[in-house]
Amino acid sequence: MSSTYKLLILGAVIVATYFVPSIIEVFAVLNFTVYIIMGMLALSLAFVWGMGGIMVLGQSAFFGLGAYAYAIGALNFGAGWEAVAVSIIVPAIFAALLGYFMFYGRISDIYVGVITLAVTLILFNLINSTSGPQYKIGSARIGGYNGITSIPTLDWPNGSMIDINGMFYLSVGLLIAVYLMVKFYLTTKYGKVTIAIRENEHRAELLGYNVSLNKLITFSIGGAIAGLAGCMFANWGAFVSPTLFSLVQSAQIIIWVIVGGRGTLVGPILGCIAIQWMVTQLGTQQTVNVSFVLGILLTIFVLLVPAGLAPLIAGTIRKAFGRVTKKGSALAKEPNS
Amino acid sequence: MNSEVILEAKGLGINFGGVHAIKEVDFKLRKGELRCLIGPNGAGKTTFFRLLSGQHEPTRGEITFLGHKISGMLPYQVARLGIGVKTQVPSLFEGLTVYENLELAANRVSTGKQVERDIEDVLQRIGLQDARNVKTADLSHGQRQWVELGLILASKPALALLDEPAAGMTHAEALKTIEIIKQITVNSSVVVVEHDMDFIKQIGENVTVFDRGEVIAEGTFQEVAANPHVREAYLGRKDVSDAGSH
Repeated sequence: MSSTYKLLILGAVIVATYFVPSIIEVFAVLNFTVYIIMGMLALSLAFVWGMGGIMVLGQSAFFGLGAYAYAIGALNFGAGWEAVAVSIIVPAIFAALLGYFMFYGRISDIYVGVITLAVTLILFNLINSTSGPQYKIGSARIGGYNGITSIPTLDWPNGSMIDINGMFYLSVGLLIAVYLMVKFYLTTKYGKVTIAIRENEHRAELLGYNVSLNKLITFSIGGAIAGLAGCMFANWGAFVSPTLFSLVQSAQIIIWVIVGGRGTLVGPILGCIAIQWMVTQLGTQQTVNVSFVLGILLTIFVLLVPAGLAPLIAGTIRKAFGRVTKKGSALAKEPNS
Repeated sequence: MNSEVILEAKGLGINFGGVHAIKEVDFKLRKGELRCLIGPNGAGKTTFFRLLSGQHEPTRGEITFLGHKISGMLPYQVARLGIGVKTQVPSLFEGLTVYENLELAANRVSTGKQVERDIEDVLQRIGLQDARNVKTADLSHGQRQWVELGLILASKPALALLDEPAAGMTHAEALKTIEIIKQITVNSSVVVVEHDMDFIKQIGENVTVFDRGEVIAEGTFQEVAANPHVREAYLGRKDVSDAGSH
């Protein structure tokens, strides 16, 4: 797709975002905001797994850490950008430490997946068992299975409160900004090596690239993005709980990426939004078990559409427009015709 | 030929469990030299390559390259010192195009516009200008081998280790491969492992013969072909030059 088309699509998304809150109900705006935030979480795994080839089964660990870091930071030193910074830095450092042992220890891909899943479950149980008053960081009680409530939320830089529409705009703006940053990173030398490692780790190493370091950086950036999503989630609901680290949460992120299209960045975001919307609708109707539907959906995609929705749609469009382009090229080669 | 030794292995060996895959090998390569390694299957040639490129850590002995002790280094550290490797089975970035593959190799040693110039130069040398935007997974076996040789050309190593560069190729493809290897020798020392004796005859200057993890002979092709130990290693074949050809 040409840069012009991409800019047009980006422009359309920005314009549509501006009008969405005035078209749909407040409750729907709230729902769409959380879909967008989860879209950022999906983007984090799309980057780490889809682009870097690092199979992470427990991406929710960094999401939860980001949410808790923001909550604890905001309760200790106010809901400012310092708390936001903490919510990004804490999961990034945690990812770097975990990644150091995994990647420099040359642990194979499947075990990396298992370790990350184990870590998120450990965090789930750890946070769950901190309900006593003695478990606090500064003035913030961790709260165990009850989580942390009444988290101070962010204000705009001019001091005015970020309302429901504002939170929607902020979430979309951050998602677009993070998406563009990831896209830019992938065009740099380091980003190209990230993709090369996904394609053939052994060859990348034989060309002189430090695979362990590049994986560590990819994993940490993914942790930071998931942490920012966690921060936004904490701001959205002013509440965090250990379920952010749960197995269900981890599994959902993987489903978003598989359905949307591993190997693309847009696909998992759209997959996440579509599935979240579907889950909400099914939950409202209460006619069918949501987990059952998600399981069926995952099976269908793994078996029938393994590349995911985005590549399928892009391929269909390319085929349709390809015919036109081929005709155009043939004419261009024959100026006399 | 410059007489400076750029690669030296002393008493090099590796065990896999109780098996001595490589035993006390001494090996020297001079700057600008093209050396062929031959030997029957299981002689230890590929294992020796893997030791030189850091893919295996030796059990004993040491390797020195351009004055650096490289035994025990990781493959990427060895590559950064200037050793390029073409593996036995083509190892490429399958989902990336020929251009993108070469770009990754060129990016390691060049910057800015020089990267583009290097890639264009390599594309022309390996004859794949028209396939620049083709994913390497969609290329023929011979073309994939040439892309891997292109990675060596683009990364401009002081030493190129080529493991069976003509394996599975037609005669015409093998001839083109010889031309590409000769281009690599212009700026790099080269060690080639190959089974095809016709191929060795055409590119070979000096030949080292491996058998059961040991070097059993060294010299010109004619010298090693006349060596009785080498004949014995090739399972009683009367003429070593027939081994592996056709």
